[in-house]
Amino acid sequence: MSDNKSLENLVTQVRRDILRMVHKVNSGHPGGSLGCAEFLVTLYNDTMKLKDGFDMDGKGEDVFFLSNGHISPVIYSVLARRGYFPVDELNTFRLLDSRLQGHPTTHEGLPGIRIASGSLGQGMSVAIGAALTKKLNGDNHLVYSLHGDGELQEGQNWEAIMYAAGNNVDNYIATIDYNKKQIDGATDDVLPLGSLSDKFEAFGWDVLEITDGNNIQAIKDGMAEAKARTGKGKPVCVLLHTEMGNGVDFMMNTHAWHGKAPNDEQLESALAQNPATLGDY
Amino acid sequence: MKKYTNTGSKDTRSGFGDGLTELGQTNENVVALCADLTGSLKMNEFKDNHPERFFQIGIAEANMIGIAAGMTIGGKIPFTGTFANFSTGRVYDQIRQSVAYSDKNVKICASHAGITLGEDGATHQILEDIGLMKMLPGMTVINTCDYNQTKAATLAIAAHHGPVYLRFGRPKVANFTPADQKFEIGKAVQLTEGTDVTIVATGHLVWEALQAAETLEAEGISAEVINIHTIKPLDEAAILNSVAKTGCIVTAEEHNFLGGLGESVARTLALNTPAPQEFVATQDTFGESGTPAQLMEKYGLNAASIVKATQKVIKRK
Repeated sequence: MSDNKSLENLVTQVRRDILRMVHKVNSGHPGGSLGCAEFLVTLYNDTMKLKDGFDMDGKGEDVFFLSNGHISPVIYSVLARRGYFPVDELNTFRLLDSRLQGHPTTHEGLPGIRIASGSLGQGMSVAIGAALTKKLNGDNHLVYSLHGDGELQEGQNWEAIMYAAGNNVDNYIATIDYNKKQIDGATDDVLPLGSLSDKFEAFGWDVLEITDGNNIQAIKDGMAEAKARTGKGKPVCVLLHTEMGNGVDFMMNTHAWHGKAPNDEQLESALAQNPATLGDY
Repeated sequence: MKKYTNTGSKDTRSGFGDGLTELGQTNENVVALCADLTGSLKMNEFKDNHPERFFQIGIAEANMIGIAAGMTIGGKIPFTGTFANFSTGRVYDQIRQSVAYSDKNVKICASHAGITLGEDGATHQILEDIGLMKMLPGMTVINTCDYNQTKAATLAIAAHHGPVYLRFGRPKVANFTPADQKFEIGKAVQLTEGTDVTIVATGHLVWEALQAAETLEAEGISAEVINIHTIKPLDEAAILNSVAKTGCIVTAEEHNFLGGLGESVARTLALNTPAPQEFVATQDTFGESGTPAQLMEKYGLNAASIVKATQKVIKRK
């Protein structure tokens, strides 16, 4: 277990990494990345059981899949700060010949990434496959995944949701980044999702909500509860209520920063709100 | 000219099913996934022998491809089974991102390929799948010609690390390759020696090519027939060596002329030694309902069509 203060410091540094990465190349997705910083920092440094180093097969450890690949800045920062690859490599985000592609890929051999994602809606199927293999291998570690809420508009998710419940894939925790926003606006305006908890429950999942998905203690408690609910015949869904752009005042309460980088002034303001804790890359 | 005998007609999909059954016994990492077509794909025996390694996905092909990609993480070798149409076009982006771009060791096994699916018609026939799959970087594309070769290919792709598209069919067709012939991915099989024309064929058209070669021999035309079971990577040396001798080529496939074997061969010739080529393939069209034999006749995919194409290509030398 990691104490909340050190996780909070890590979150602040991850925010700085995200902002500086997208600013440098004037592209990328800061909003969703910032919204999931607390969750992914807690997941990788508190919730998941991880081996040292990285191998593709992930036997004998928990594995995680990022389905909404556009929030690559946050996963890159979290992985680098967890020691999967040198922190300095964050400097190459979205540049030619970089392992840190715009959306995550295994193709360039970046440690920590087990599947390409970006074209939405595919990660849950992949995570279910990995969970089935863990069962076949007698490996009682868990599979985790993260999905955007807007991403659930992709039909493949519902094939996967139906399959996981129908086949008792109960070594799997899928988390939905429930920020209620997508590129074109509010999910309610683009294509209403209805009640996600009712939908997952109707399909046969065990659903729990983390109502403050940007609070480390709430995430710790919620994910501990989610873990406690695995192994009981049902896949577990966590509805993680987050604020897109969290930690940067002008990026919050709007979908405007879904896929837009800050300019020099905006970066300065955003970094001033998040003073360096662990040192910039 | 070497003659080949049909040792008893069988469907190529049964070659796949029997190969999968054997893999079930010899390779514990092999798992099989099916999208509600277990009987059609001949996967029942594997399912019965290894229920814990068989995954009925339901009518959800996109999910099947994704699950297969995920199952490789931890060392499994997934074989997915459904019709060729639903194995490719329906799930192109899933194969592209989760399998090919992610370098996953998934074997996409596709039955009822081409027009010989027959009576179900164009919604279920696909004549574009070779093109779709060969366009994907890193994808191996195989189209086998008979029961024995399909069984051998099924065994061979399990031992090959990387994504593979294995294409086979529904109807009973001549079984003529030796049962003990080892399947070498990317290595063409020369069936007859000839001097006047090279005929390269894939899938169900290989037997038709052999029939055509007999007809041509009676007309005094010596045809070198090559079975190109692997469209990607293509055995370019085998093609170029043969054409260096014959000076012209006919390609034959149960596929659209766009995107198929013929196009790959044309590229190889253009880059090396341009030579006259004729394409026995469908002409940028959908299929329709009918018996396999009727359809092969109507769409020009039989021995008679190969003979005609040969006569034409020789005149162009």
